[in-house]
Amino acid sequence: MNFAVLQFPGSNCDQDVVHVLKNVLGHSARLLWHKENSLGDADAVIVPGGFSYGDYLRTGAIARFSPVMAAVTEFAAKGGLVLGICNGFQILCEAGLLPGALIRNRSLQFRCENVYLKTLTRNSPFTRSVPEDKLIRIPVAHGEGCYFADAATISGLKANSQILWQYVNAEGQATEMANPNGSIENIAGVCNRARNVAGLMPHPERASESILGGVDGRLIFQSILEK
Amino acid sequence: MKAKIVILPKKAVLDPQGKTVQGALKHMGFEGIGSVHVGKYLEIELENGDPEKARQVIDQACHKILSNPVIEDYRFVIE
Repeated sequence: MNFAVLQFPGSNCDQDVVHVLKNVLGHSARLLWHKENSLGDADAVIVPGGFSYGDYLRTGAIARFSPVMAAVTEFAAKGGLVLGICNGFQILCEAGLLPGALIRNRSLQFRCENVYLKTLTRNSPFTRSVPEDKLIRIPVAHGEGCYFADAATISGLKANSQILWQYVNAEGQATEMANPNGSIENIAGVCNRARNVAGLMPHPERASESILGGVDGRLIFQSILEK
Repeated sequence: MKAKIVILPKKAVLDPQGKTVQGALKHMGFEGIGSVHVGKYLEIELENGDPEKARQVIDQACHKILSNPVIEDYRFVIE
């Protein structure tokens, strides 16, 4: 599979994602500078984490108008797979490709720690390889990851099973203590209505090799790779 | 001519910064402090001399990029 990994000024997880896709999973991945107008022959797009444009104005607000985002929007409209991680999730929300927005953590603290994720549905190209009842343990590292959407949007997300991952404790319960940022409904990641665009705040690319302390992140990339 | 723009979190949106500032003000003994909302203030120099045209341009800019309608409200004056 050919992955395009977008690179904005201030992206800093781009190389990690390329490393996992190429060297760990054995697929083709290339960096795509944000000034590009075309995705080339990409089968899937990853919008990586970082601090695009220094988080100026709002997280993702300026990056979402980079030329490459027009190509991503067109790709997504045709059913192409797009995954946003952390800042990538923020960019996809700003771009209107995903519902809601990410705001300042309720604690006002930058949270950098491992979390447990519960996968609420396997009916998506981003979750289909996650074993039943498996909790995914991967790290978060963000200051603005509190998922917000109005009540009507949240009920729509639930009705259409668009909430892909929730922050939970080691027992799998979505408690307030297990929520690192104050997200509504402990939401860690969502997908669009068509289920081909998803975003999550935690970093699967930072937990895809045992030397890094865990391999659960691979399950998300492997889901994309499974046909 | 200048646009003066204020962007604030919507009422329904959690505003932890505002809450924290409110707590600090109360803690310091400032009296009569109600809820606090922390937002952004922008000043934009306008080269176009037509206030009505400028109003339309700034309104579009606020809607499209300067604010996020999911979480923020904006208001502005042209002076």
